[in-house]
Amino acid sequence: MTRRTVARTLMYASLIAATVVVLLPPAAVVLTSLKSEREMANGSGALALPDDLLNLSNYATAFQDGRMLPAFANTAVILLLAIGGTVLIGSMTAYAIDRFTFRFKKPVVALFLVAALVPGVTTQVATFQIVNSLGMFDSIWAPVVLYMGTDIVSIYIFLQFVRSIPVSLDEAARLDGANAFTIYRRIIFPLLKPAIATVVIVKGITTYNDFYIPFLYMPSEDLGVISTSLFRFKGPFGAHWETISAGAVLVILPTLIVFLFLQRFIYNGFTKGATR
Amino acid sequence: MTDTTEKAAAPPAPGPAVPGPAPAPRTARLWRGATPWLFLLAPLTLLIVFTYAPIANMVAYSFTDWDGVSPELHYTGAGNYTELFTRSDLFEVFWVSGYYLAASVVQIVAALYFATVLSFNVRFRNFFKGVLFFPYLINGVAIGFVFLYFFQDGGTLDSVLSLFGVHTDRAWLGTPASANTSLAAVSVWRYLGLNFVLFLGAIQSIPGELYEAAELDGANRRHQFRHIIAPGIKPVLSLTVILSISGSLSVFEIPYIMTGGATGTETFVIQTVKLAFQFNKTGLASAAAVVLLLIVLAVTWVQRRLVPDDKVDLV
Repeated sequence: MTRRTVARTLMYASLIAATVVVLLPPAAVVLTSLKSEREMANGSGALALPDDLLNLSNYATAFQDGRMLPAFANTAVILLLAIGGTVLIGSMTAYAIDRFTFRFKKPVVALFLVAALVPGVTTQVATFQIVNSLGMFDSIWAPVVLYMGTDIVSIYIFLQFVRSIPVSLDEAARLDGANAFTIYRRIIFPLLKPAIATVVIVKGITTYNDFYIPFLYMPSEDLGVISTSLFRFKGPFGAHWETISAGAVLVILPTLIVFLFLQRFIYNGFTKGATR
Repeated sequence: MTDTTEKAAAPPAPGPAVPGPAPAPRTARLWRGATPWLFLLAPLTLLIVFTYAPIANMVAYSFTDWDGVSPELHYTGAGNYTELFTRSDLFEVFWVSGYYLAASVVQIVAALYFATVLSFNVRFRNFFKGVLFFPYLINGVAIGFVFLYFFQDGGTLDSVLSLFGVHTDRAWLGTPASANTSLAAVSVWRYLGLNFVLFLGAIQSIPGELYEAAELDGANRRHQFRHIIAPGIKPVLSLTVILSISGSLSVFEIPYIMTGGATGTETFVIQTVKLAFQFNKTGLASAAAVVLLLIVLAVTWVQRRLVPDDKVDLV
């Protein structure tokens, strides 16, 4: 064997090892979710195959008792509003900052920039009081406005794209009598489609997975989203790992499907989003 | 940066009037001056109400004994801060961050390795890419449960070890050191993919001719890494370092879901949330949050000084 073959073998070995490390913990959970209560009690190991590979009864239990349907519905509503809002707000901010010169432009830009440095978790103690005083505590509006209001990353993504749209387009429209709003609506916004796709994906995934904000701001059970419903689900089922596992798999599944279909866009989205 | 290009819809500039299409009447000019503000109205309102107002309030609360509910609050000066720095049990949470900091070193090195390896021609490249990145997309609560089961007595880890004939009687989440190590490992599992994809993107944006030229000059992979890849990804690397430090200080989800902060795994944010929302010590919690915020800002500032990379500004 030459040195090169040794190096290649080691490299593949490392990749396979990483694959096992990544896939094994969720795979064990999938196996467990298919086992019956009796099988679990008999103490078969986590890696043993279930007797019946098509035993979906735990999923039915998790779906019903874990109140997954309302959780998915609440999540969907929040996603829709928060993403819609983020797209509008981000694109408007980017348009205003890139296409206009106005007084106090620099301080305004600085406000957005500095906000990007403040980690959201640090300010929640005080944000809570504000959300509360606005009467939004324990309603879906709290997460919606919080997701909309603090998203500097999407503003930045939009800004990159607005900058790449030639100003001559705006000028041509202006000569035809279009005002700033018409230009934004008819020219800028439609040309931002790739940026919108990026923001929708990145924002969608982070919103779907967020736990902290719904946990703090929507304590009532009716307002459970995916994360909080799954979290509460553990209580009544204590050590019933077969049911808890089914719940976890139910939550992971949509992400997996979206990922498989949109892989390329997701990678790009995160690269654009994070390397500000 | 200065605006050198004349942007469309420039409002009437001070000084000589801009030669433009037909001089606008006064109201139209006012309207034009107001236009950018109409676009910024909603974003700025949200920014101020949900970012800056909380920061200002937080600083104010941190000097009081407020409980978050009662209308009464008393000014206590720097009392909360002294309490924070003198009560060792409150300050202990910072040591927990050490585990996560160490984990981020492991994470960055591993991500860098896999990004380098997978930026060359490798079989099943897309499969490996997908596998490494996917955990980042999974819901935190689900990850918490997956790993609670993983570390459980007789759970996944014990089953795997027994395949190799190792039978441990260890409660992985049972002692502070092992629990924190386990939790930090979970965070490597979860976040490795993000760093990996960022590095991969940066490496792939390096023009391919550079490698070819280097190869002609007889550079091997290690040389290529040192002289082409490493400088090419420096900006992303430094961004990753800040994100890791501020991330290590603000860990919340995984330990909260998995242990609830028991057995010495309480992190700074868990403690703050408990102080504020369980023990109603809004004043003290605010002081803690101010300290965290200052640390994060300081880290960012130091990084900006060390790696002056000003492609980052918004205008």
